Amino acid sequence: MSRGGPDAVTEWLRRIRAERVSRRPTSERDRVVRDGIGLGAAVGLYGVAFGATATAAGLSVWQASVLSLLMFTGASQFALVGVLAAGGGPFAAVGSALLLGTRNTIYGVRLAELLSYRGWRRVAAAHWVIDETTALTVRENGTQLARLAFLSSGCTLFLFWNLTTVAGAVGAQSFGPVLQAALDSVVPAAFLALLWPRLVRGADLLREQRIVTVGGAGIALGLTPVLAPGLQIIVAALAVLLAIELLRLRVPPETRTPRRRVRSERVHGVARRGRRRGG
Amino acid sequence: MSASTVWLVVVGAAVGSYLLKLAGLSVPPQVLHRPLVRRAVELIPAALLAALVAVNVATTEGALVVDFRLAALAAAAIALALRAPFIVVLVVAGGVGALGYVVAG
Repeated sequence: MSRGGPDAVTEWLRRIRAERVSRRPTSERDRVVRDGIGLGAAVGLYGVAFGATATAAGLSVWQASVLSLLMFTGASQFALVGVLAAGGGPFAAVGSALLLGTRNTIYGVRLAELLSYRGWRRVAAAHWVIDETTALTVRENGTQLARLAFLSSGCTLFLFWNLTTVAGAVGAQSFGPVLQAALDSVVPAAFLALLWPRLVRGADLLREQRIVTVGGAGIALGLTPVLAPGLQIIVAALAVLLAIELLRLRVPPETRTPRRRVRSERVHGVARRGRRRGG
Repeated sequence: MSASTVWLVVVGAAVGSYLLKLAGLSVPPQVLHRPLVRRAVELIPAALLAALVAVNVATTEGALVVDFRLAALAAAAIALALRAPFIVVLVVAGGVGALGYVVAG
């Protein structure tokens, strides 16, 4: 931010910019907070589905609530109860939750500089580093607005997600067989909805995403009669990744260095063309 | 699985998930900018989610099964293709699944 030196012009520019920022903080701050609350409320509805799913998978209301309170990352929570519902063992359940949780590590790297929290603030903020808060935070310029976006979305989401988890978990306890069937149908649909954005035009590494999707599903189904329930999910994910890496190693050494740049250009080219075709 | 094992799973996975988040905010960015790590993190969720979809829609206790859940998944895919909001997708899937369960007995 303070890239300019004692130079009078840069100082003047900096003052003007600071003034402009301080003159319109209310509308900007309002917008950021409004977005955060709106998102929190919308995603909160989804917590009902999680609470109900967790109960259906055999978790108690308390266990579902502790998951939302302490884990607080929707996809991993769904993965954990999804594996338990499929009859999976403890390692498969924890493993799949953690594999999905690696996403948040990457988000953290993107947010670290933007939020520039130190000490206990960083330790506290880490809990709220998830898809939604990251999406809202990286849109903002400057630490102040970024922090506001992060805190407003994180706080609302945390509140709604935990309340709706309890509501869903308690509500699902009285489900009969038909509602149970509905719930059994909601779980795969929830995973599909989480997966969908990775498969549509404009996604990063679109071709690879589609390959691992088909491969992951196919291997998991193929291994289902052979492996302990839940384990096939983790094996499928790792096998597909391994296959992709091994295929890459076949590229001749001389083309290996510029490969990534060429690759990414091609991926973006495909994405752009796709969008144009789509209108 | 006993209740205490489930508690261990719940708390263990929660602590692990938190540490993954904290690691992102704490480690030097270069570590995660290595292409292999980046690709792994980009691609693991798709493989894992696809496996979770498949297992939750087409297996019951270690056996492959085709039932009302497949119809519900198809309905969810149509809803997603029509860009329906998340919650609508879930409601559509639940509705079609319940209907399929009742009709198929």
